[in-house]
Amino acid sequence: MKPRVDDFAQRSKHLQGMSDEELNNYFWQLVEKVVDPLVDLAQTHTSPSIERSVLLRMGFNSLEAKQLVDMIFERGLLGKGAGHIVWRIAKEKGIDYIKAGRNLIQGQYWEDVDRIFKGIKGVNK
Amino acid sequence: MDKLDPKKPIDVEEILRDLDKYRPRRRGWTWRNKLPEGTKVDRYEYYQISEPLKNSIPLPAAHYFNNIDPQPDVVITSEIASGRFEDDIRRMRMAAWHGADHIMVIRTLGQSHFDGLIEGTPEGVGGIPITRKQLRATRKALDLIEDEVGRPINFHSYVSGVAGPEIAVLFAEEGVNGAHQDPQYNVLYRGVNPVRSFVDAAVAKRIMAWAGMLQIDGAHNANASAKLAWTVMPELLVQHGINCLYSVKVGMPKGNIALSTVPPVIAPLPEMRIDMPYAIALRELFDGYRFRAQMNTRYIESDLFDATRAHVINAVLSRLTSADLQSTITPDEGRNVPWHVNSIRGVETAKHTLLAMDGIKNYVKIDQQAVSERVRELKMRAILMLEEIVDMGGYFEALEAGMFVDNGYYPEKFGDGIARKKDGEIAAGSVVPRDVDYMAPVCEHFGYNNIPEGIEKPCDLIGGCTLHNPDKIQFMDELDETDNVNLRLEKVNDMRRRNVIKPEVEWFADGWVQLDMTFSLPEEYAEAAALAVCEKLGLQDATVIAKTVLHPSEGTYVELKAKVPFEIKVDELQLPKKTETLPEDELFEFVEKHPIKVVAATVGEDEHSVGLREILDIKHGGIEKYGIKYVYLGTSIPPEKLIDAAIETGADAILASMIITHNDVHVKNMKRLNELAIEKGIRDKVLIIAGGTQINNDMAVENGVDAGFGRGTKGADVASFIVKKLREKYEKK
Repeated sequence: MKPRVDDFAQRSKHLQGMSDEELNNYFWQLVEKVVDPLVDLAQTHTSPSIERSVLLRMGFNSLEAKQLVDMIFERGLLGKGAGHIVWRIAKEKGIDYIKAGRNLIQGQYWEDVDRIFKGIKGVNK
Repeated sequence: MDKLDPKKPIDVEEILRDLDKYRPRRRGWTWRNKLPEGTKVDRYEYYQISEPLKNSIPLPAAHYFNNIDPQPDVVITSEIASGRFEDDIRRMRMAAWHGADHIMVIRTLGQSHFDGLIEGTPEGVGGIPITRKQLRATRKALDLIEDEVGRPINFHSYVSGVAGPEIAVLFAEEGVNGAHQDPQYNVLYRGVNPVRSFVDAAVAKRIMAWAGMLQIDGAHNANASAKLAWTVMPELLVQHGINCLYSVKVGMPKGNIALSTVPPVIAPLPEMRIDMPYAIALRELFDGYRFRAQMNTRYIESDLFDATRAHVINAVLSRLTSADLQSTITPDEGRNVPWHVNSIRGVETAKHTLLAMDGIKNYVKIDQQAVSERVRELKMRAILMLEEIVDMGGYFEALEAGMFVDNGYYPEKFGDGIARKKDGEIAAGSVVPRDVDYMAPVCEHFGYNNIPEGIEKPCDLIGGCTLHNPDKIQFMDELDETDNVNLRLEKVNDMRRRNVIKPEVEWFADGWVQLDMTFSLPEEYAEAAALAVCEKLGLQDATVIAKTVLHPSEGTYVELKAKVPFEIKVDELQLPKKTETLPEDELFEFVEKHPIKVVAATVGEDEHSVGLREILDIKHGGIEKYGIKYVYLGTSIPPEKLIDAAIETGADAILASMIITHNDVHVKNMKRLNELAIEKGIRDKVLIIAGGTQINNDMAVENGVDAGFGRGTKGADVASFIVKKLREKYEKK
């Protein structure tokens, strides 16, 4: 931003008449305007760390979570949810999902992953 | 091990045993249990204290007041950063005994850029690598420590960097009770991609909310980064606002959200008049949130006393306004990774100031009208900044333009703000939209989640997630064979086996000592001379850590640290013999049968009578209690007068207090008393006893008196000595 002299007296004219309570409320209204789009963004997006956190909550260890998420990210499938992919493969193969995840790390089932997930398009809005 | 023994160091190997099976015994934050206003401790009334501890070390002056150790109502933080968890837990125990119940563990340099979790127990730099094993071992140790002191201890670290959501899961699983979380911190000071930082933060915060963790934000860092700290006050309100509301919107209760607030300036500025309106503006705008009063680290240089003065004033402001947590920065933060003793000093500074200001608002009120104009101005400046952010298109747009951490006093702008690109910085491009079929079969997951219909909670799909079924957590042990706690413990165990020791400042027997000296030399020469002294002493790695110019030519004070190259054999240490006190009954009985009379005074030019009064007076547990009669002659009494008084009263003993030791005046007085008693022919009839803070028995006996008593002596010690000696005399007869 360009340097600017302190024009507080001029700039704050519309605020000077407000009561303390009005100032406090207006402050929070503005904060909400700044924050709401950020919350929406988080609501509709994910990241490698978020997906690793899902795998951790499923009971994978940190090394497994990292490898799986890296592989899924590379294939452009992170938007499906890493946990989703592992869970779905386990269901399809009729095996425990931790086992499924470890087999995926070993390179198994990726053609199934592509078949199941690459067909479905459309970004959640 | 289910209990700590105060006489024994914590056994790290015992902590590590069966760690894979350990489960934290609670989640969430614990505040102190406040006691009603007017609660008495001993005979003193308090208005802002909480339940006492079972085991603790009171403030230094407590021994004048029956050793009371009232605990302020405010949670006290101690920051710990040794880089080795096995030494961190020892420090935590020390801090807990002094009154800390919030242990904030600093992370190792660079962990915020580590894309994933670290495992094992590698050594850190300036902090600890946060890992599951480190957290679990620490929480397990803290369970024992909190039982020992009798108050829950909140364990805290950081959910920041590019692995925030994972760290949040780890903290929730391992019973961490509080964490810093503020996406703006990542963006502004860690160069993490802004989109990634905010998207990650929402997920991390939701998990923290589930675990009942207290969140502390990072706004105060703007204060530390700006050239003129006070100019960022309007922005601080904005940053606090953004993180607070963002947290509430993703599900965190207000009562678990703490603003990290720092009084922005310091003397020589008129500190209170600048900081107080700001503190009030914050508390008015953020009603319902919590306040973590952080001492200002920005101005800490290498002078411990300067840091301590600043911290006292900071804590005074906390009491004049309000605080839920009082943070303590170690006064040595400006010169090294904090040392044990300085962590404790920080806690003592907070405890001392909070107690000193107990209930002050009953007497002192802030003049709201007088302060209102400045408070309103700060709020308006923050509002104007928010208006401009909205006008620019939102947070990311304002950030790209350099709106934040500008050195101008908003709306003034210097044009030197920290600008970060929405699609740039570390981990840019790593955030992807969630597809319509996005799904995560776990609980407490923030955001869109296309869970199949008919499922009650998401983790029912997988038979429970780790938050609901902790047995699913995989415990990982060491990954690095060359850098782990086992290797480090070998050295410790070897020294313990051989029963040798070295001094330490942060790690067990690390060998570091601190020296301080003053030279009649200008600054540069003094520094060189100090290093030369260390070399002649045979110390290693000597480094100057602080200097104070006393006068450009008359003197320079220098503090150094250096390493001791040798070990001390504990077995061969000579301990001063402790005189055993007689059982009270024996003392009473003897004095009843054989009345004892003493004369007492402070000798020479010495006006320090407090110590002697404690030895004499019944109300301090003095010798009077046992029936011994005394004649107190007063202060600054010449030896001649003491001897004369002993003759006049037929005293059995002379108690001579000597606090002043300048030019060995105490030695001269002891000798003089002995000589005079011989001259007057009463030496075999009277015991001469010297006492004082610098006196010890060997030195006293060497100089002709019968006994010497030093710091910490009680009336019972002196009475026992007199009775023993007199008993010998009677037995001889």
